[in-house]
Amino acid sequence: MSTENPADCQTVNRREVIKTLFTLAAAYTATGCKREADSLSTFFHTHFKEMSPEKLASTMESWERRYKKRYNREISVNATPAQEGVLFGYALDVSRCIGCRKCVYACVDENNQSRDPQVHWITVLEMDNKHGIDLRHADAYYEAEKVPREDKFYFPVQCQQCENPACVKSCPVKATWKDPDGIVVVDYEWCVGCRCCVTACPYGARSFNWARPNVPAEEINPVTEYLGNRPRPQGVVEKCTFCMQRSRNGKYPACVEVCPVGARKFGNLLDPNSEINYVLKNHRIFILKEELNTQPKFFYYFSI
Amino acid sequence: MKMRTKLILLYAMLAATAGLVSSLDIPESTDSGAGAVPEDLIAVAPPPFSEGVFPCSDCHFEDDEVDLDPREVDFHDTVHFDHASDSRWCLDCHDAQNRDMLHLADGRLIPFEESYRLCGQCHAQQLRDWEAGDHGRRTGEWSGTKQYLLCAHCHDPHSPTFESLTPLPPPIRQEEIK
Repeated sequence: MSTENPADCQTVNRREVIKTLFTLAAAYTATGCKREADSLSTFFHTHFKEMSPEKLASTMESWERRYKKRYNREISVNATPAQEGVLFGYALDVSRCIGCRKCVYACVDENNQSRDPQVHWITVLEMDNKHGIDLRHADAYYEAEKVPREDKFYFPVQCQQCENPACVKSCPVKATWKDPDGIVVVDYEWCVGCRCCVTACPYGARSFNWARPNVPAEEINPVTEYLGNRPRPQGVVEKCTFCMQRSRNGKYPACVEVCPVGARKFGNLLDPNSEINYVLKNHRIFILKEELNTQPKFFYYFSI
Repeated sequence: MKMRTKLILLYAMLAATAGLVSSLDIPESTDSGAGAVPEDLIAVAPPPFSEGVFPCSDCHFEDDEVDLDPREVDFHDTVHFDHASDSRWCLDCHDAQNRDMLHLADGRLIPFEESYRLCGQCHAQQLRDWEAGDHGRRTGEWSGTKQYLLCAHCHDPHSPTFESLTPLPPPIRQEEIK
């Protein structure tokens, strides 16, 4: 019968385990094997906002290596910061939208959403003229030979980039937040997949990756943002970022450019001479579910 | 005397400032016509001609005799004219003498690249909104260079009602996602 103190035994064991771990880590670093280093950095990852500039740069490089391996092509991963003096706003002319869904698929292509299982960031609702804007009488699954159909109008919904976002408040791990230019972003490495934000969002604008997102390598948009359209892992939530890989570099989002009737307007709310401000000044604007005090920066209007 | 000089100086300064302000506020327009737009803003795509119709002067010669009576025209049978067609016809917009140009209501000639000025004569609000980026589609940079489309890129000037489109497929219903 052993008289050994169980506490001593525990101490020795833990020490050995830690020692082994360190040896292994040292061995990985010593061999300079980038692949192992990449998976280690995932294990010991840092919250995006707490990364030093060096850590940020090495993280981006690490992801570029991983995507290169997975898709066998160059994919750039960037962490473009919000521009100073910019607050993005979006306006959508409901009276011009014809419900063609070009925006939905332009968004999928631009932002590398999973094709199967399908993930869409934009939902176009078909509504009845006689009911007006009433979500109880809205149909996202309309199938038509030709649009617009008689006695119907179309109401696209996507992330409203709220000033007071319910999704951000609901996140238990702070994996989602509002950047200074108003874009609500998700850190896919920090998201634990609890889907609190999906239920908190009153606009149905967040999607969860139930399976590993599936995008054919040749269809991947290779210009990506770490907090935006880079290929996502399974089990995280994703959403519209006003195409941050485009908008933070001065360009219009993909949905704005593709809309065949010019119903989508975008720009800097803080610039009094911007297009978006012209639209907001010259039309009677409304926001969706105003009573919830989410304060969307996505505005709707009827110009005709 | 001194006081008077001061006043004159003040007036001169005020006038100079006023001149400066007005030259800043009002964009210099090439002429006073309808739809004069600051030039740096407008970079339109080339006009959407049907194949083989331009230049018009390939068939319509300058010394041709022109019948100015409004009537149905046989040759351009691909043109379906349904745009206030009770009161207008070809030569209200197309110029009879200079066939490769359009003309405004006052007779001034404009190239097809500036056809928005012609449209803006009746659709003034749309022209204002288009200049401001409110009406119509733009591509490019929200903060910089933008590409405009002419009115005629989206609206057929001869029959401007939009053709309806076939929508892209609806999303897969949640219960059908495996």
